[in-house]
Amino acid sequence: MYYVTQILNGLGSGSIYALVALGYSMVYGVVKLINFAHGDIIMVGGYTIFVLLGMNAPLWLAVAGSIGFCAVAGVVIERVAYHRLLNNDAPRIALLITAIGVSIFLQNLAQLIFGTNQKPIPKMFTLPAIRVGGMNVSNTLLNIVVALLMMAGLQLLVNTTKIGKAMRATSEDAGAATLMGINTNSVILFTFAVGSALAAVGAVLYSNTYMQIKPMMGGMLGLKAFVAAVFGGIGSIPGAMLGALILGLAESLSVVLGQSAWMDAVVFALLILILLFKPAGLLGQHMKEKV
Amino acid sequence: MKKVFSLLLVAMVLLAFAACGGGGGQTSDSSTPPASGSASTAPSGDLPDEIIIGGLAPLTGGVAQYGIASNNGTMLAVDEINAAGGILGKPIKYIPYDEQGDPTEATTAYDRLVNEDGIVALIGDITTGPTLAVAQKALADNMPMITPTGTGAAITAVGPNIFRTCFTDPYQGELMANYAADRLEATTAAILYDTGDDYSKGVADAFEAAAPALGITITAKEGYQSGAVDFNSQLAKIKEGNPDVVMAPCYYGDAALILAQARDLGIDAYFLGPDGYETTAQKVDPSNYDILNKVYYCHHYAMSDPGPRLQEVIDAYKAKYGEDDENLNGFTILGYESMYIMAAAIEAAGSVDSQAIIDALTNLNYEGVSGAINFGGGQDPAREAVIIEFVDGEEKLLGTYSF
Repeated sequence: MYYVTQILNGLGSGSIYALVALGYSMVYGVVKLINFAHGDIIMVGGYTIFVLLGMNAPLWLAVAGSIGFCAVAGVVIERVAYHRLLNNDAPRIALLITAIGVSIFLQNLAQLIFGTNQKPIPKMFTLPAIRVGGMNVSNTLLNIVVALLMMAGLQLLVNTTKIGKAMRATSEDAGAATLMGINTNSVILFTFAVGSALAAVGAVLYSNTYMQIKPMMGGMLGLKAFVAAVFGGIGSIPGAMLGALILGLAESLSVVLGQSAWMDAVVFALLILILLFKPAGLLGQHMKEKV
Repeated sequence: MKKVFSLLLVAMVLLAFAACGGGGGQTSDSSTPPASGSASTAPSGDLPDEIIIGGLAPLTGGVAQYGIASNNGTMLAVDEINAAGGILGKPIKYIPYDEQGDPTEATTAYDRLVNEDGIVALIGDITTGPTLAVAQKALADNMPMITPTGTGAAITAVGPNIFRTCFTDPYQGELMANYAADRLEATTAAILYDTGDDYSKGVADAFEAAAPALGITITAKEGYQSGAVDFNSQLAKIKEGNPDVVMAPCYYGDAALILAQARDLGIDAYFLGPDGYETTAQKVDPSNYDILNKVYYCHHYAMSDPGPRLQEVIDAYKAKYGEDDENLNGFTILGYESMYIMAAAIEAAGSVDSQAIIDALTNLNYEGVSGAINFGGGQDPAREAVIIEFVDGEEKLLGTYSF
């Protein structure tokens, strides 16, 4: 039973990484931008929930408000920070540095508005306790189910809908897509909105699971999710999910093996191994650089 | 391949950013008049116009709550001392800098205090990591230094010029192990600690070392990385051993996270903590206050049951910073007392000569707000601890304890 709960623990924290990694991977897939501010969008979502619940808003409104606010924030960030760079074919490194700048800006803005300290989140979802070996795993199960649903939804969106087709076209060749009558600007905006909304779903689950938020919370979370996305093959949606779950499992496995002090080292060692033997990631396709 | 490695490189850069990210600087907030004339250390016997004392504290960043609390206390003491005529008839000019809880920032700020501001003594730093870094530099300058709250055992071992107002990490670990055996009749214990934090590790190691002689078996000793938010795996392992008590030395933010997850996993054991647990209740929503049941931690003072002298300080604090200021806690009093101790030492030395102040500190007998503090010829004070529990989110004094 102990091993079952440890596997569930790993999958539970892995599914939080997954929700962040999905957004990372999708944005990268469409605009080839590693959006380092993505982890901080989770923080924005968390503080939106904190503010709304603090104003005694009902839970559904706090959740919906957080998702809506993050989607808008994602669009605003794209417009203000990335738009001109993307349209003027700025070098990749300029985009990357801008993303890091946005990340630092968001962290400091939150510190300025809310102070540097952790804020408590009230109990959000009261789920019936599901006990495995005496441990309540209902939150963990919720996280796993929501992450899987989001992955499936995203996969359907990208592969079966019209806007999904436009996203894939923009990803493949933005210039040609424009010639075919696709408004790549609005496709990119849509991508950021969906990515940020996904991050907000992550924020909801994070707040519900850990009941505490802080301005710097996006840093390590974003980094782990980034590792997960690269691990699974950045740009691939099932890959991000798979990478995140493996990451979570590796973490709890390191505890089972009595190496909890080396948890992060195990995670990053795994990343190095996969990069050595499968540089494109588990499910990533190796794409040749266009000249 | 090359692209992927550049991604890795970027990840490293981001890590570095995460490690040193934080708010802006903090300038002097002393209520004394601005500097006039020479600001450098005067030769002994020849007093400067002002006694310039530096301060280092995290005023922004993850542990800002402690820095702000301690620094506010120090500034309150400066006001009181200056109102009463200063030290040796000269006013104190107190210059605090924000080091964001970061050792590199702290040493940079220290250099600025010494080279630009010409301090004669230092109150700081607050947390163990940055304090150790600053202590190395202070040793080279033979700078009289008191850390109000740096509990790491190694701090005062750096050099004879470094003192502290609080008790040490090993002392807290040993104390709580004794408390567990004596009062909670524990025979088994588990430990959960932050592998990247000297404070957490110091308390954990001392607890582990003290346990066998007290008849306590350690069922598990689990670590986590600084900044981690998910402790479920470690706690699941701890639960397997079914310990009587869990020693989880950390600061308030982690404590709230760990307790929530532990109770959710069905761990009903006593949780023991060091003084970093203070204000944990503020990080827990009232709807979850039940997770704080059976949580005991040790501290220097109990704000909920103050003696008359402590009450006076609390009143003075509220008069200066407002009735509802959230930064009033035990760390405030440590910061407050540190300035009084330094002032008393300079008064006794009769000069601002570094060695004279250090000698005076070593032999000082200071009547503190909760009893006498003296360094007994050493650098760590002899003090008694209070044990505090949470009742409905309020911190309640359980009693004083020493072993």
